[in-house]
Amino acid sequence: MNYLIISILLGIIILIMAGIAIYHKESLVAIIATGVVGLFASVLYLLLAAPDVAMTEAAIGSGLSTIIFFYVLNKIRSDKTKDGSLKTKDGRQKTEV
Amino acid sequence: MRNSFILILIVAFGIMLYGLFDAFSGNEQLSELAKYYAQKENIEKVQAANLVTAVVVTYRGLDTLGEVTILFLTAAIIGFFLHNKEEKRFLRENSEIFITAAKLLIPIIILLGVYIFINGHLTPGGGFQGGAVIASAVILMILAFPEREFNSKFFTYLESASGTIFVLLAALGAIIGSGFLDNAIVPMGTFGKLVSAGVIPIIYSFVGLKVGSELSNILGNFKAVQSDN
Repeated sequence: MNYLIISILLGIIILIMAGIAIYHKESLVAIIATGVVGLFASVLYLLLAAPDVAMTEAAIGSGLSTIIFFYVLNKIRSDKTKDGSLKTKDGRQKTEV
Repeated sequence: MRNSFILILIVAFGIMLYGLFDAFSGNEQLSELAKYYAQKENIEKVQAANLVTAVVVTYRGLDTLGEVTILFLTAAIIGFFLHNKEEKRFLRENSEIFITAAKLLIPIIILLGVYIFINGHLTPGGGFQGGAVIASAVILMILAFPEREFNSKFFTYLESASGTIFVLLAALGAIIGSGFLDNAIVPMGTFGKLVSAGVIPIIYSFVGLKVGSELSNILGNFKAVQSDN
C-alpha cells in the first residue's frame, strides 16, 4: 500500500515534469525537466522491482541524454550566432522551442 | 477549437485504455517460456544466479549481439557526421568544488561500473548498465577537465577489440560447445560465486567495455564539435 502511494506520487511528479519539458519557454529549464523525468522514472522502476532497467534509466535517461541535449543546444546557439540572426540585447541567444 | 479536439482525443484514448487497465490482472503463474527458464535442471546447466542475465546472454544471446551491433552503428553514424574539427575554445574555469568532487567521484563511479558488469551473473545489472555507468564517469571527466584532449582513438580500439572478442567467444561455443553462444566452453565453477556460469561473466565484461567505450565516443564526438558563441 505504501509503495502504491509512493508510486502514484512519483507518477504525478513525472507527469508535471514532462509538461514543463514540453511547454516551458526556456530550453535550459526544459532540458533539466527532461533529466528529472528520467531520474524519477528510475526510482519508479526500482519500486516496480526492475533494478536492471532502473540502472540504465538513471545513467542514460537522467545523465548522458541530458548532457547530449546541452551539447546540442550549445551547438545550435553558436551556429545561429555565426549567421548573426536572433541575437537578444544582453548578448545571450534567444531560443525558440 | 483545436484544443477541444485534442481534449476529445485524449478522453477517447483514456476510455480505450481504461478497458485494458480494468481487465488487467497479474499473472499468478509463470508462462510456459518462463517456466522453461526457471526449471531446476536448466538453472543448474547455466549456473547463473541472476536469471535475467542467463536469458540475456545465453538463451537470447543473439539478440544481445544485435543490440550491441545497433549501438555500434549509432556510434559510427554519429562519428561520421560529427567529424573532429576541435577549435580552440576560451572556457570559463570550473569551480573548485566541482573539480575536487569530480576527482573524488570519477574513480568510484568507474569502479561501480566495473563491479556492475563483472557481477552481472550474480546481481542485477550487466554489460549495458555497467557500460552506461562508465560512460557517465567519462562525461564527468570531460566536463570537469574540458581543456584536456579526449582520446577517441583509445576508445575506438577498445570498442573494436571487445566486439571482436565477443563474437569470437560466441563462435568458439559453436566450435567446441553445443552451439553459438554456448556458455559451457570454460569450467563452470560453483553456483553463486564470482567464477561461475561459464563464459557469461567474460562475455558480459566485454559487452560492458564495448558499450562504455561506444557511449564515451559519442560524448567525445559531441564535445569535439562545440564552439564558442
